[in-house]
Amino acid sequence: MNGAMHVGQGDFAAALLDAGRECPRGLRTWNGSDPNARFAVYRNNVLVSLVDALADTFPVCCELVGETFFRAMARVFVTDHPPRARVLAFYGREFPAFVSTFAPAASVPYLADVARLEMTRLEACHAADALPLPLSEIAAVLATPAQLPGLRVRLHPSVAVLRSKYAVHSLWAAHQGEGDLSAVDPMLAEAVLVLRAGFDVRCVLLDPASAVFIDDLVHGAELGAAHHAASLLDPAFDLAAALGLVLQHEIITARLTGDHDHEHTC
Amino acid sequence: MSSHRSEMRRTAGAPTLPARAGLGLKPAHFEAVLSTCPDIGFFEVHAENYMVPGGSLPHFLERIREQYALSVHGVGMSIGAEAALDRTHLDALAALVARYEPQSFSEHLAWSTHGDVFLNDLLPVPYTAATLARVCAHVDQVQSHLGRSMLLENPATYLEFEASTMSEPEFISEVVRRTGCGLLLDVNNIHVSCVNHGRDPHAYVRALPLDQVGEIHLAGFATQTDAAGDPLLIDSHGAPVAEVVWALYAEVITLTGAVATLIERDNDVPAFDVLLAEAHRADRTLCGQAGQNMADSVRVRRVVQVPA
Repeated sequence: MNGAMHVGQGDFAAALLDAGRECPRGLRTWNGSDPNARFAVYRNNVLVSLVDALADTFPVCCELVGETFFRAMARVFVTDHPPRARVLAFYGREFPAFVSTFAPAASVPYLADVARLEMTRLEACHAADALPLPLSEIAAVLATPAQLPGLRVRLHPSVAVLRSKYAVHSLWAAHQGEGDLSAVDPMLAEAVLVLRAGFDVRCVLLDPASAVFIDDLVHGAELGAAHHAASLLDPAFDLAAALGLVLQHEIITARLTGDHDHEHTC
Repeated sequence: MSSHRSEMRRTAGAPTLPARAGLGLKPAHFEAVLSTCPDIGFFEVHAENYMVPGGSLPHFLERIREQYALSVHGVGMSIGAEAALDRTHLDALAALVARYEPQSFSEHLAWSTHGDVFLNDLLPVPYTAATLARVCAHVDQVQSHLGRSMLLENPATYLEFEASTMSEPEFISEVVRRTGCGLLLDVNNIHVSCVNHGRDPHAYVRALPLDQVGEIHLAGFATQTDAAGDPLLIDSHGAPVAEVVWALYAEVITLTGAVATLIERDNDVPAFDVLLAEAHRADRTLCGQAGQNMADSVRVRRVVQVPA
C-alpha cells in the first residue's frame, strides 16, 4: 500500500448516479485539473447511454411528448431505476409504471399505456422462436367440435394482449404513418394483440370481447372457459371470428391435453 | 496458483481470427451482408446483445456466422469488479460461445456493475497488487468456464487513481503473463488514454507484450477539454478512425505483424459501404506489412549499394 486514498467501487457508482455528488476522493489527473470535470464523462456515459436505450425502445412515447421532455423524464427514470441486468435488451420494463406516476406527464394520461405497448412489442421482438401448429393438426382439432370446449392451446411466445382505457393502437399506428393522429380520440378504450410473424412484430386491434378471449388463451384457459368469459363481456361475441383471427395469424404453436400439459407439437 | 494457466496459452490448434480487417455487425446491416457477401475478414458482436431468447438477432447471427469468422466481444462481465463474477452471466456467455463457436472471445479491463446494478459503462480500476490479484482470478475464472483463452482489452480512461502503484502497461503485461490470456490492443484507447494522462503512446505500446496481441481495435474519438483547458479525448465510437490513430496503428503493425483488426463503430453508424472503406484501409496496412515482411526477408540476402 502506498497510503493513498482507496476509491471503493460503491462510492464511485453512487457518485455516477447522483449528479449532485462530488466525485470520490482518491482520483487524480496528470495536470492537476479538477477530477470532477473528468468524472462527468463517466457520469454522462452512463446516463446518456441508458437514456438512448430508452429512446430506442419507446420511440412513439418520445414523439408524443417531444424529445426534450422524454429525455428529461428518462434521466429521472435511469437515476431511480438503473438496470439490474447486464443484458440491456429489456431495460425499461418498469418504465411504463414509472411514467404512470410521473407527475409532469399527468397531462398525457395515455402515455404510460403507449409505453406498455412499445415494451410489449420489444418483448415480442426478442421472444423465443416457435413454429405454428401445422394446418393438418388444426384441421383435425376443428373436425371434432365436441372436444373444442376442453381444448387448451399454447400460443406463440411473442403473443400478448394489451387492454387499455386509451386508444393505444390508434396512437401507435398514427406514429407509423397509418392514419391521422389529429383524428385519434386518445380517450377511447382499445385492446391490441401483439405478435411476431417471422421477424415482423405486428399490432392487431381487437374488440373488447376478443381481447378477453385471446388473453385467456394466452394464460392457458380452456377454449370453452375463454368463450364464456368473452360472452359475459359481450353477449354478441363471435367465437368463429375470434378463432379465425387466431388461425389467420398462425399463433397456435401446440395443443395441450390433459392436466399435465402433455403437448402435441409439430 | 493453477496449472491450467499454461494450458490456456493460445496454441497453434486454437481458433484465431484471420489477420485481416473486420467490422462490428449491426442489425441494420444484416440484409446487406447476406445479399452482398462483402470481402471482410470477420465480424464482431457484443455478447450481451445476442443473449435474447429468439427473433431476428440469433437468426441472422447464425446465418452470417456460417459465412464469416466471428469475434464475440463482451461488455458486461465486469472483470474489474470488486465483487465476484456473476455465475448466471458466465453461463449465458458459455452458451453463446457454444452456439456460435467464435474464433475469439474478448472482454475489457474495466468494471460495469455494482451490487445488482449494471452501469453500462467501462469504468476504471486502480493498478494495485490487490486489483491485479482480483483481475487475474476473474480472467482465470472466465477462461476455465469457457474452456478457452480470452483476450483482454486495454481501456480508454479519463481519470487515474492515487492508489495505483504500477503503470497500465505493467499491469496488463502481468495479467497476460499470469493468466495466459491474450491482448486485445485498442489503438484508439491507447491514443485517448495517453492524451488524457500526458503519456507517450509510443512508449506505452512498446511496454506491452506485443507477441500476445490477438486482435486490434480501431475507432473514432470525440475531443473535449478538461477543467485546465487541456484536451480530453472521449472514446465515442461515433466517428471515423482519426489520422493520428491510423498512424499509431501502422506503427503497431510493424511491431506485431499482421493482426485481425476491427473497425469499431457503435454510434452514428454510417452506411455499410462507409465502414467497409475503413476496413479496406486497415486491410491495406495489413497487406503492406505482410509485403514488408517478405521484402525484409529478401533484403537480408542482398548487398545493398548505398551511394556515398
